[in-house]
Amino acid sequence: MDIWITIGFTLIKMLVIIVIMFLSVAYLVYFERKISAWVQDRLGPNRVGWKGALQPFADVFKLVLKEDIVPDAANKPIHTIAPVIALFIAFSTYAVIPFGPSLEIFGYTVSLVVADVNIGILYVLALTSIGVYAITLAGWSSGSKYSLLGGIRSSAQMISYEVSMGFSVAGVLLLSESLRPIAIVETQGAWLWNAWIQPIGFITFLVSAFAETNRLPFDLPEAEPELVGGFHTEYSSLKFAAFFLAEYANMLIASALIVTLYFGGYNIPFIDINSIGLAPWLAVAAQVAAFVGKVVFMLFFFLWVRWTIPRFRYDQLMNLGWKVMFPLSLLNLLWVAALIMIFKM
Amino acid sequence: MSVKKRAKDLTLLERIYIPEIIKGLALTLKTMFRPKYTMEYPEEKFVPPPSYRGRPVLVLDENNEERCVACGLCSRVCPSLAIDIQASETEREKERYPERFEINMLRCIFCGLCEEVCPEEAIVMSKDYEMAFSNRENAIFGKDKLLVPVSQLKDRIEFLRSYK
Repeated sequence: MDIWITIGFTLIKMLVIIVIMFLSVAYLVYFERKISAWVQDRLGPNRVGWKGALQPFADVFKLVLKEDIVPDAANKPIHTIAPVIALFIAFSTYAVIPFGPSLEIFGYTVSLVVADVNIGILYVLALTSIGVYAITLAGWSSGSKYSLLGGIRSSAQMISYEVSMGFSVAGVLLLSESLRPIAIVETQGAWLWNAWIQPIGFITFLVSAFAETNRLPFDLPEAEPELVGGFHTEYSSLKFAAFFLAEYANMLIASALIVTLYFGGYNIPFIDINSIGLAPWLAVAAQVAAFVGKVVFMLFFFLWVRWTIPRFRYDQLMNLGWKVMFPLSLLNLLWVAALIMIFKM
Repeated sequence: MSVKKRAKDLTLLERIYIPEIIKGLALTLKTMFRPKYTMEYPEEKFVPPPSYRGRPVLVLDENNEERCVACGLCSRVCPSLAIDIQASETEREKERYPERFEINMLRCIFCGLCEEVCPEEAIVMSKDYEMAFSNRENAIFGKDKLLVPVSQLKDRIEFLRSYK
């Protein structure tokens, strides 16, 4: 009997997460357009619905109505499967990221994370590595030179930045002594966040996250002036929509991951929630709100940076990845090790 | 413009790049909250300055009479042959008036030469810029559409008198 209740709760959590993800991705596209407009002294979309609030749905509706074109030179099965991989990775990675502490419902303890696995961080790293395949395969199977160049750039970029990303995460893992996201959040507590303890690691992780999600200072795989559309040049209709959604969903995951690893997840800054004596459900709600607030800020930061910093040249990107970010993440590892030696011995 | 900086001239702080990124972020954040310059067109219409050359119109003077004497100069000077005049005689002091005055708005290039050449100040460029037609016949404007009372064209005529 108990197992069915657990499965039921998990299914409900999955449903809620997927619905929230779709909605937030839709509005992320809307706010991307709005913020790009505001940065450039424009107004942005404001025709569909109140202040253009229905714009994302109009965009998706337009994409659904478009003809699905597959080039003759394309490898059709792979061309079809690439956006599916992208979407699958984008929506399954979120499963291990906690958005709140555990909650008591009808006598059952429910932790507010879809899958509380003890190798959660490893799972995220593994899945984001598979995400490279989506872009590489899309670029290769399209049978177009622009797409191929985009795909090659993307694989080189993602592999280079994954190294420093992994080493930055290692610093966090050393401190929390666990791969479980909830344990990482709990060890950070109300104010001892990893972003303050290991600022170098935080910066290398942040930069790598930008590179992994193909966001602007590092969006070489789809550099419009050089590569037309990059890896998705030959995609149209819903396949293009899949890549588009996956890109924004990846941004959401990257933000949630940064919040979990470096900003204390659902911990409310400077307040120990259990000592105030709120009603338990109110405390949980406040913590979920804190998590959402931090993620929203990170998402805004992603958009903000995109409309501020110009794109790197390809050699600059590789130089930064291997000659700056990689040594810095190693340095951070040493720093964390030294901290542990001094304070925990 | 300041002297161009080369990579070797950068200070250490500029080389680290992060302070410069923060400067850029501060600038874009400031821009985000500035008032916007966009004019939301169909709701809010642009009112052009007097120097604007919109749709050419014929002037109706204070007595509700057309000023045009059908001399044909505008039709002559028009580089795109957009103006077509049929002159006729009248009992009034001016003796002549255009029986038919047509401007083909598909041909008109808004150069303003007709206005410049007119000895009677009878054809001037208005501020009207909304001229969409659904077929070619509608694009030929006859006297019914061209005649505009002088009171609506005051500032353009004033502009012409001071700068022509």
